[in-house]
Amino acid sequence: MTIQGDRLGEEVIDRSRFAEAVTRLSAGPNRFAGLFPSLRASGGVELRAVAATPGGYTSVVTELPPGDLAYPSVSVGLPAASWYEREIHDRYGIQPGGHPRLDPLVLPLLPEDPHPALGDWHSQVTPDPRALDAHASGEGLFTIPYGPVRSGVFEAVEYLVETFGEDIPRLRSRIYHKHRGIDWRFEDLTPDDGVLLAERVEGTASVAHAIAYCRGLEQLTGTEVPYGAEVVRLVHAELERVANHLDSMIRHSDGSYQAVANARLAVHKERLLRLRATLCGSRFGRNVVVPGGVSGPMRRPPDEARSELLRIASGVSGDARAMMSTPSFLDRLRGAGVLPADLVAAHGAVGPVARGSGLGEDVRHARPYGAYPSSGFRPAAPHGQGDALARQQVRLEEMDESFRLAAEGLAVLAGCNESEWRRSPGAVADGTAISAVESPQGELLYVVETDGGRLARVKPRCAAFHNFALFPAAFRGDILTDFVFIEASFGLSVAGVAG
Amino acid sequence: MPWVARGLREGIVTTRYPRRPDDHGPDFVAAVTVTDQPAEGAGQGLAGLCPTGAISVGPPVAVDRGRCILCGHCVDARPEMFAYESSPGTARLHRRLLVTPPAPGDDDLEARVRAELAARVRRFGRSLHIRHVDAGSDGSEEWEIAALTGPIYDVHRLGIFFTASPRHADVLLVTGAGTAGMAEPLQRTYHAMPDPKVVVAVGTDAISGGLVHPTYVTRGGVAGLLPVDVCVPGSPPSPFSILHGLLLAMGRLGGTRPLRARGRG
Ligand code: SF4
Repeated sequence: MTIQGDRLGEEVIDRSRFAEAVTRLSAGPNRFAGLFPSLRASGGVELRAVAATPGGYTSVVTELPPGDLAYPSVSVGLPAASWYEREIHDRYGIQPGGHPRLDPLVLPLLPEDPHPALGDWHSQVTPDPRALDAHASGEGLFTIPYGPVRSGVFEAVEYLVETFGEDIPRLRSRIYHKHRGIDWRFEDLTPDDGVLLAERVEGTASVAHAIAYCRGLEQLTGTEVPYGAEVVRLVHAELERVANHLDSMIRHSDGSYQAVANARLAVHKERLLRLRATLCGSRFGRNVVVPGGVSGPMRRPPDEARSELLRIASGVSGDARAMMSTPSFLDRLRGAGVLPADLVAAHGAVGPVARGSGLGEDVRHARPYGAYPSSGFRPAAPHGQGDALARQQVRLEEMDESFRLAAEGLAVLAGCNESEWRRSPGAVADGTAISAVESPQGELLYVVETDGGRLARVKPRCAAFHNFALFPAAFRGDILTDFVFIEASFGLSVAGVAG
Repeated sequence: MPWVARGLREGIVTTRYPRRPDDHGPDFVAAVTVTDQPAEGAGQGLAGLCPTGAISVGPPVAVDRGRCILCGHCVDARPEMFAYESSPGTARLHRRLLVTPPAPGDDDLEARVRAELAARVRRFGRSLHIRHVDAGSDGSEEWEIAALTGPIYDVHRLGIFFTASPRHADVLLVTGAGTAGMAEPLQRTYHAMPDPKVVVAVGTDAISGGLVHPTYVTRGGVAGLLPVDVCVPGSPPSPFSILHGLLLAMGRLGGTRPLRARGRG
């Protein structure tokens, strides 16, 4: 298949110069936002690098010919690309030449195992942990594993604490256990059913995923979503953000033995999930966002929902203020898990994790979409300290603003007599769309590619994919004492990252 | 205000479920049910409505709740035939009992598995210790399970506790579609638990793989990886439904007829 050079306003670059082009594309004020392969019928692979620009997204592509899926690694000059190259090596057998540390990320396979992309991808493969240890051995190395089965109710992830004698221990993470190969499942589904799968990529951010997926599809079909439906999307997305930030606070309070705070926050979170359920039947806002709009009006009168929301908001704000003036709590967070700004920039971190280090735009502000341009949205002020406390302060400010946005959205809906909630999408034009939204944990990107009216490739890129790579860097010294807060302050979704 | 005073402000927030129905149960869609059978020949096209193949055209038309992800497509397209059900009593003791309407022989099957389970859990006594393992969930089931220990569901009042060690666990709560990477850690945990033990599959993904299956690394639910005793359908199931599954596992509930969720207790 030939690539039309102008499809996205993108350049097709020879693979020998790809790394250099991607580095140039990602230089300030741009930010590297992803590297996505797309398998061609020929057996070749189109590789697309995406960068966020001040006004949108831009990309460059290169083509890897069948039987020779290799190119000089982008990560050499761009650490943010490292996890992408590890993933595509696992799944497609693509060789990024000179990659600094090409450990398996989502699918450890021995060299003789076939890579799933190259055969029938439904046929079963089994990850082989023996493939993992290529770099992890050495004289005097002690490794303490924790997970993937963890105490408490957590997603499966494995952490390894590595120590060389008296040196400062190093943390490594393994996420492959949860890998579901979920992005390839989109290819089995109709564009309309695809949104149901998007909701399950990162189940605690179902609304953000559904919106990002649908916006990609709506770009390709030229569909304009009715305004009322945009407001409904905004309300659900902001309620989802509050729920996630509350969850992060609950985990912080749990880790610092603030039993009363913990219980009260859990009550607020439950009330919020119940409010969401009264709006749509689902505690996670599922089945609301559909291609072309939303599935229908809210099930509960918006003004009634608004009063309930304001009650929850005032409860949360009282408790949040109390928490942020509890010295024993602040002491645990202050100085824990410091992320220097230069590291955040080098890894392209996003969301509250980046904003806690004084960096990181909010997609709702930098590239506003849906109902945000008319919402008067005010992004949280960046906090420069880079510690768990700064990340928490960012989340608290975001939560206040989300409550305000959702309440105003509900007020708009109470006063509007919208009858059209969904515009049926026109014919799907073949092409590639890049769409982005601000999910609770930061920028969420979808690359949606259609061919003959079908989904040819859908690749969700969660915020945590960039942030997780930075997680080990947040540990200096005492890993065990601060582990709980630092993990909570990162807001990592393992499901989303493992894919 | 000091935290102690804050803690007292709310009064009692804990649900009285299962002793009494809970007011909020009806807010959560828990399952889809077949309310009416189509006239002869009118059942065509029904199977195509469902993204996970949960609808079988029969006759009779039936929904397999073990595959249903509650997307609502069938309810929207054929409201005369399908409806949502909000009663949380959706857990069942056998994969086959998730199909609605029930088939002939289901009562016998239920009586048999119930008796078998009752004999096994007799030694649990009045308290129950739970170990959770994520075998490839989307992350939402973990939120719903974690809610059980919060003040609203407060399962401690029912003698249910989460334990950090498999060696003290009676019940294994498993979430997720059964990924290849979790097969071995999941089985290791199961084997580390003492007998007698009960396995509860939480969520449609854990029961059948839901919409996430098939891929090259999903195993179509966890039943192929270890023996499952209780199935809690839902995508994700609400905390009430999960609690229903736990009470079934403990043999604390009489029939599997849906618990009434409506009305004040
Ligand atoms: S609600 Fe359940 S049975 Fe109905 S179409 Fe959706 S998945 Fe299928």
